[in-house]
Amino acid sequence: MPSLTLLLQSVLSGLFLGGLYGLLGLGLSLTWGMLRLINLTYFALAFLGAYLTYQLATVFRVDPLLTLLLIIPGFFLLGVLLQEAFVRAGVNEFISLIVTFGLTLIIEAVIQWIWTADFRRLESGYGAISFRIGKLFVPLPELLAFLIAAAVSFLTWAWLKWTYVGKAMRATAEDPQIAAAFGVNHRRLALLISGLGAAYAGIAGAFIALIYTLAPSQVYAWIGVVFAAVIIGGLGNPLGLLAAGILIGVSEAVTMAVTAPGWAPLVSFTLLILVLLLRPERI
Amino acid sequence: MTMRRVPAPVLFLLVGAGLAVVPSFGLPAFFESFLYICFLWAALATSWTILSGYTGYFSFGHGAFFGAGIYTTATLAVSFGWPFLWTLPVAGLLAALFGVGIGAVAFRVRRLRGELFALLTLAVTFVLSTIVLNTKIDGGPGVFLSAVPLPKTFGSPVGTIYLLGLAIALVTVWSAYAIYHSRWGMGLFAIRGDEDVAEVLGVPTYRYKLVAFGLSCFFAGLAGGLHASFLTYVTVAESFSLLVAMDAILMSMFGGMTHWFGPSVGAGLMTTILYSLTGGGSAILNRILIGAILIVVIIFLPEGVFGRFVHRLARRRARRASAQPSPPVLTQDAPARPANPGTSLLVCADVRKAFRGLQALARVSLEVHEGEILGLVGPNGSGKSTLINVVSGYYRLDGGRLSFAGQNLAALEAHRIARLGVSRTYQIPRPVKWLSVLDNVALAAMFGPHTYDRPTARAHAWRWLVFTGLADKALALPGSLNLHQRKLLELARALASEPRLLLLDEVLSGLTPTEMAGALQLIRQIRDRGTTVVFVEHVMRAILDLTDRVVVLNYGHVIADGAPRDVMRQPDVVKAYLGKAYA
Repeated sequence: MPSLTLLLQSVLSGLFLGGLYGLLGLGLSLTWGMLRLINLTYFALAFLGAYLTYQLATVFRVDPLLTLLLIIPGFFLLGVLLQEAFVRAGVNEFISLIVTFGLTLIIEAVIQWIWTADFRRLESGYGAISFRIGKLFVPLPELLAFLIAAAVSFLTWAWLKWTYVGKAMRATAEDPQIAAAFGVNHRRLALLISGLGAAYAGIAGAFIALIYTLAPSQVYAWIGVVFAAVIIGGLGNPLGLLAAGILIGVSEAVTMAVTAPGWAPLVSFTLLILVLLLRPERI
Repeated sequence: MTMRRVPAPVLFLLVGAGLAVVPSFGLPAFFESFLYICFLWAALATSWTILSGYTGYFSFGHGAFFGAGIYTTATLAVSFGWPFLWTLPVAGLLAALFGVGIGAVAFRVRRLRGELFALLTLAVTFVLSTIVLNTKIDGGPGVFLSAVPLPKTFGSPVGTIYLLGLAIALVTVWSAYAIYHSRWGMGLFAIRGDEDVAEVLGVPTYRYKLVAFGLSCFFAGLAGGLHASFLTYVTVAESFSLLVAMDAILMSMFGGMTHWFGPSVGAGLMTTILYSLTGGGSAILNRILIGAILIVVIIFLPEGVFGRFVHRLARRRARRASAQPSPPVLTQDAPARPANPGTSLLVCADVRKAFRGLQALARVSLEVHEGEILGLVGPNGSGKSTLINVVSGYYRLDGGRLSFAGQNLAALEAHRIARLGVSRTYQIPRPVKWLSVLDNVALAAMFGPHTYDRPTARAHAWRWLVFTGLADKALALPGSLNLHQRKLLELARALASEPRLLLLDEVLSGLTPTEMAGALQLIRQIRDRGTTVVFVEHVMRAILDLTDRVVVLNYGHVIADGAPRDVMRQPDVVKAYLGKAYA
């Protein structure tokens, strides 16, 4: 049995990681819940964002966090274009899973083409900064990622709950035809959602670059865990997703501390299977 | 409809023999391994199709079963020193066992279809690979099979692997062929079209899916076992790869995933394309191509290359056939069943059914007598359709008793109830859109109480199409029918199982007065043949015209039961329909 300090340290890093799960899954959760499209492309976009951050920071010496100023609008536009293409091609819920998997394959291959399959590590000033709370070690990039993820999740939740656009969005998710009869422009909302999803993916990507060593094949490593969080959290529910992300992150970290690191995927996928079997009506 | 001049088993043997002698031509070794890869993918894509193409349950976990086969062979051959050939059947069986285990749980959850089933199988892949990676089965570094000897009976190792690959591909494709033409295959197609309808028509959906899943996994495991010896070095990442599932799906869709031969065509084409464009070398370009083809095929060619060809052929044949309609002559009309008029056929006693807080049926007691037409009426939401769904087995009842001809229905699955001789129509017609009008009706005859074989079922189906006046539409797809014709199709399908009890859910709604008169005439004829009818309807004139007795439901309670004209005058009934002021 690991020591209490190690266990607490695991919980803390699981918490931070869980925030990132939530942020990465936000686009998927919104498009699935609101537009009934399962968009895997966000995972590939997140890594594209991560590699762009890496490129800008190492080659052009841009501060990694400032790259967000470029990435957020750029990815928003990308998301809008993607949605427009989906509409024109007549992509529906089921084939969206396959079409976006095809796109993910392509983007991942392009990343590998440009940056090769070698591991890349972004060396920035942030990586070295950390502080201690009691015996616990708190790295700044992880903490920052968690705070931003929590803030974004909360803002998105508040936006959906209280603004006109958010309400229109939820009405459309419930019943597109009735919402349209009340003057909701579904097409434009869909563009907005898809754009936001891509922008979230970009932000998540920047933090992935800041925290992790990058390799193109890792695109797939995140898909299963984030899917689990998205489904457990409830589709289109940013705060539920954040909570589910944290739940999974913490249980993974504790599993790793108690057994071996290799067992971590078992937790999230077992959770996913259980939710699918026991609570399929959530989706 | 037969184009087969050569019997299929002979054709399979000929193709097999022809391909088996290829290695003896002394072609370059590259060619042999290229063909082996084609066989491997033909087997994998076809095995995927047996479950996913036929039933519509998309599995994203084919890599898991393939990987299970790979590691079964690797473990048995390397750690336990089994002879290689012996490991193959075990690889297949173990994979099948996994599949059946997963299916036994997953297929019980009604909502777990489409993308959710796909996600479940995806998750299973990761779970399985994590276990293999972290236990002694692999442990991380991978397993070498280079020391595992291959049997010498077939000559060189390359030749042996080639022949085994050919054999596995042939058996898999032959199975897909046999299923395609069997009753079971027909049932699987019905599941793909509309699973609830299939079950109500008498298809044992749960068992059918489970066996299809098991067989699909068996062949994937078998192919995996063989592939382990081709690779000689296996790793978890390559074995339990998502890409295995994706490639199988892609090839199957590319060729046409609803036809037994489609996946083989797709596997041949895709393997050739990938080899000739990239020489099998550049993994990056390979993935870009796979991604691009995947997108293009699913958006622009959902029926697949070969599927489209088959459809064209079928359409042309249908056009030729409809130019000279020749409904087969059925020697005699089926005899009307000797009814025992007046005895109770269906008995509902205190039947209860609630949806969350809503009590849809609150202690409903009623009897349906053999040979009568019972009108079941009541305002919207009074529980009429729920009652039909309970009797036909779609919903389990919460309490009370339900018996049909002395048989307790409460614990029976819907397909068993259908086999007893209960059939129903849907208010909104639900034809299986992939099957012709004729086959839609034949389906009911195949899975009803009589379980006719396919040709007999078709002959019976013709009779019911003539009876309902749809004969000239027999070879059309249901999509080309108007509402009236769809309603008639519902009726023909319900009749084709030759039920003792027919539940009609608002067959008249949406029809014009002339169409309605025709339909009423049909229903009278049905009763005269000995079938008991429960007639749910809102059209009062039809109720008064047609029924022998009427039961009125309101808020899940029976509020009246008696002769039509008497019942309709009761104050309670008038109040339920028109409000208090008119009572």
